[in-house]
Amino acid sequence: MSDLLALAFTSFLVQNIILNQFLGICSFLGVSNKRDKALGMGLAVFFVITLSGMMTWTIYYFILSPTSFNNYTDLTFMRTIVFILVIAAMVQILEMAIKKFSPGLYSALGVYLPLITTNCAVLGVALLNIQYSFTFVETIVFSAFTSLGYSAVIFTFSFIREQMNKAPIPEGFKGIPAGLVAASIMAFIFKGFVGII
Amino acid sequence: MTKKENLLKGFVKENPIFVFLLGMCPALAVTASFETSLGMGILVVFVLTMSNIVISSVRNFIPYEVRTPAYIVIIATFVTIVRMFTAAYAFDLYLSLGVFIPLIVVNCLILGRAEAYASDNTVFDSIFDGMGMGLGFTLGLSTLAFTRELLGTGSIALLNITIYEASVAASFLVSPPGAFLTLGLLIGIINTVRIDKEKKKKAIMDEKIRIALEKKAAKKQALEAQQAKETKINLKEVALNE
Repeated sequence: MSDLLALAFTSFLVQNIILNQFLGICSFLGVSNKRDKALGMGLAVFFVITLSGMMTWTIYYFILSPTSFNNYTDLTFMRTIVFILVIAAMVQILEMAIKKFSPGLYSALGVYLPLITTNCAVLGVALLNIQYSFTFVETIVFSAFTSLGYSAVIFTFSFIREQMNKAPIPEGFKGIPAGLVAASIMAFIFKGFVGII
Repeated sequence: MTKKENLLKGFVKENPIFVFLLGMCPALAVTASFETSLGMGILVVFVLTMSNIVISSVRNFIPYEVRTPAYIVIIATFVTIVRMFTAAYAFDLYLSLGVFIPLIVVNCLILGRAEAYASDNTVFDSIFDGMGMGLGFTLGLSTLAFTRELLGTGSIALLNITIYEASVAASFLVSPPGAFLTLGLLIGIINTVRIDKEKKKKAIMDEKIRIALEKKAAKKQALEAQQAKETKINLKEVALNE
């Protein structure tokens, strides 16, 4: 249990997916200029990463690894292709399901779902689960807390971006360059969490 | 656009990292060392060129609605080849790039070029586009890595350059916060230079337009004066005839 807690804490703060692992930078810089946009994207990423993490783990260990299912042939080299297709299909199905069952949630998350297929955080977490050879429970904890770390950072960062719009920044540094410098300061702060573990 | 322009546009004018801000994840993650970033650049050049060739040659057979999944499968195939190749022949590079080799699949640069260029250009043009853009990406990565490694450790291992001792180097530049800082400052400086250039260009253009307008006005005046003279002469002639 304490192992799981340590894993949760590490993946949420210490090894933060954006500020330490550099995954999902495109969406981090792209949609963090408005608070509600950032919250919508964060929630959508949380759903997709947690679900796809569980799904790709199952597929990897029951279909791609040598099991009785595939006559003990090793298909693990196919994981990149299979995972990206699974994620793309899952995002499509999720979009349709949300549209049908919860129009309110769809209007909040709908626009972000198609963007998520090419968000490298999703494929990255699915591959890291395999690389660290996690058990199924560890996979759930790791995926959920990593994506929560993503949501937390992108939501916090959107507040900073909104304030930065009012600041007198030189013309060449407006927008993304100034955002990157602010992210650097945030990364310094997150570096401090290493001491807690 | 000539072949040479097509090949060279990715280096400065349309640089994927500094101008289009594509492929930011590897740009931040693999640039702690110059050697690793060069390795990453070569892998991206290969994948981009090969996927551009295949996509542009099958572009007429893929239905419009399913083009993105089809492109992703083609790109993923080459990424798998690259992953197995590096695992077999460049194991150090494979270890230091880690999860970022399979993540070339979702690099916005490659899917972006497939969508924007290879899907409606010939195979031959797409080869040049892929190579040019890939090399531009490599140039961006290595510029970033050069700055970070040189200032962060005081030396570059691959090129045997040392400017100062490692103990006095700004070692935070090779850690994650330094990646954000270096990239932000480099993009900012490049933007500032570009805006200055555009302003100068505009000033020169304004000056040219002003001179041209003055010339035009002078010409008009001269023409009017001549016309006035002619009418005077005509009037005189009329008066004489009478």
